[in-house]
Amino acid sequence: MCQVGEDYVDPPPRECPPAPRPGRGQKCVKCKEGKPVVAVRAGDAFCRDCFKAFYIHKFRAMLGKNRLIFPGEKVLLAWSGGPSSSSMVWQVLEGLSQHSAKRLRFVPGVVYVDEGAVCGQSLEDRAKTLAEVQQILCSISFPWHVVSLEEAQMTSITWLLCPRSHLILHVARAHSYSKVMTGDSCTRLAIKLMTNLALGRGAFLAWDTGFSDERYGDVVVVRPMRDHTLKEVAFYNRLFAVPSVFTPAVDTKAPEKASIHRLMEAFVHRLQAQFPSTVSTVYRTSEKLAKAPRESCAEGPQGPRCLLCLCTLDIDAADSATAFGVQTSALSQMPPSTLQAEAGIPTTPCSAVGGGPGCCGKACGREGDSQPQVIKQLCYSCRANMKDLPSLDPLPPYILAEAQLRSQRAWVMQDIQEYLIKDSADEAETTES
Amino acid sequence: MAAPLSVEVEFGGGAELLFDGIKKHQVTLPGQEEPWDIRSLLIWIKKNLLKERPELFIQGDSVRPGILVLINDADWELLGELDYQLQDQDSILFISTLHGG
Repeated sequence: MCQVGEDYVDPPPRECPPAPRPGRGQKCVKCKEGKPVVAVRAGDAFCRDCFKAFYIHKFRAMLGKNRLIFPGEKVLLAWSGGPSSSSMVWQVLEGLSQHSAKRLRFVPGVVYVDEGAVCGQSLEDRAKTLAEVQQILCSISFPWHVVSLEEAQMTSITWLLCPRSHLILHVARAHSYSKVMTGDSCTRLAIKLMTNLALGRGAFLAWDTGFSDERYGDVVVVRPMRDHTLKEVAFYNRLFAVPSVFTPAVDTKAPEKASIHRLMEAFVHRLQAQFPSTVSTVYRTSEKLAKAPRESCAEGPQGPRCLLCLCTLDIDAADSATAFGVQTSALSQMPPSTLQAEAGIPTTPCSAVGGGPGCCGKACGREGDSQPQVIKQLCYSCRANMKDLPSLDPLPPYILAEAQLRSQRAWVMQDIQEYLIKDSADEAETTES
Repeated sequence: MAAPLSVEVEFGGGAELLFDGIKKHQVTLPGQEEPWDIRSLLIWIKKNLLKERPELFIQGDSVRPGILVLINDADWELLGELDYQLQDQDSILFISTLHGG
């Protein structure tokens, strides 16, 4: 399928035989009567009604087989305005309506994140988009929340932090939602899986692309649209008039080589065009990914978490060649002043938090938010991203504060180790690690 | 000799950004020797409607992978794709799936 040295600018000519195509005059493969309107898989054409039933069934089956959402549970629907999440909100609306044979029984709310400020939209366009959004939201009977990503909070690097996710999580926690539903489609997740592999996030694929993502602990993210391809979503929305609001993103007209994500997107779409089972194959493979807890975790089954992406740290400092490689390059890019401060770490811990009153100043060298301290609290992939940063300045204060807090906690733990009563199991672990 | 055709060309899912933001275009295709098909329509669109970045819409003689084509609200895969011969009053919709979620 793929050739080394393939030129991504000019696609190769279509030498492989095209996938079997449904002929004209064929009937719907399901009911054998209706006029087919959409080819769902290679050779399978559905009529309008059968397609609708197929689409809805997929949504219900995804929720039903995973059994993670309970009757009466508060579920926050993350709506971006885009086709997939719009379709998802629509499915929930229909599913909750009285007429449904099997009513959905959870309690939904909707959150919309306004990213107009960071996407360079003019005030006029932002207002227009928001007006469209409000119009749709007002027609929904359940509670909704609109939050904005402000320019002040964003720099190019915070783009990496998924501030959108953090914001949505914040809204969920503030309003006691225990679940968040996102509209990630099959196609998007296949692209995400490939992209994340390239970005060094192999350890977290099951969380990044699976049905449920428990990294936040109290709020679980679920992806009920993960069995729907973008093509199915687009057709459904068109045939059944699902409202959506289009907002251009930062990378909307970016060329293919602008980012790994764009490149992977083009790659997957191109393959899919010639081999229509590409996306479903990647999806089925991703279903097999198991979430296995790490065995050599010194801090219990949960383990320390990455500051940025909140996944359990995947770097084993003891033996991993990759950890060594990333750390070395990070250190080599540190400014000399920080290196000097590191060299002169005193033995007595600074009792102040975050450079507050009582802090002995930079001389204490125990800056919890110094670059090496922060990097130590990142997973492999986030470290790789961070090593391109000359300093920590672009990071938002809440991240640096968290880094500081964790470092302080670790120092305190180290200091009081000898006073802690351990049982024999802990003793064995400590000596081993 | 094919008579001139009047068709509606529509863009969605963000594809309209390449056409000055205008979603619906009422188009009259001039009469010509060969009958109009999607292939020749794309060439016409590239020449007459596309305002910028042709590579984001067209690839080779077809649409860029990720762009869906609906002819009268039906999948073009069921109608012969590029070889479908246009008829008067047809409605052709191009939806980009390359953006949004």
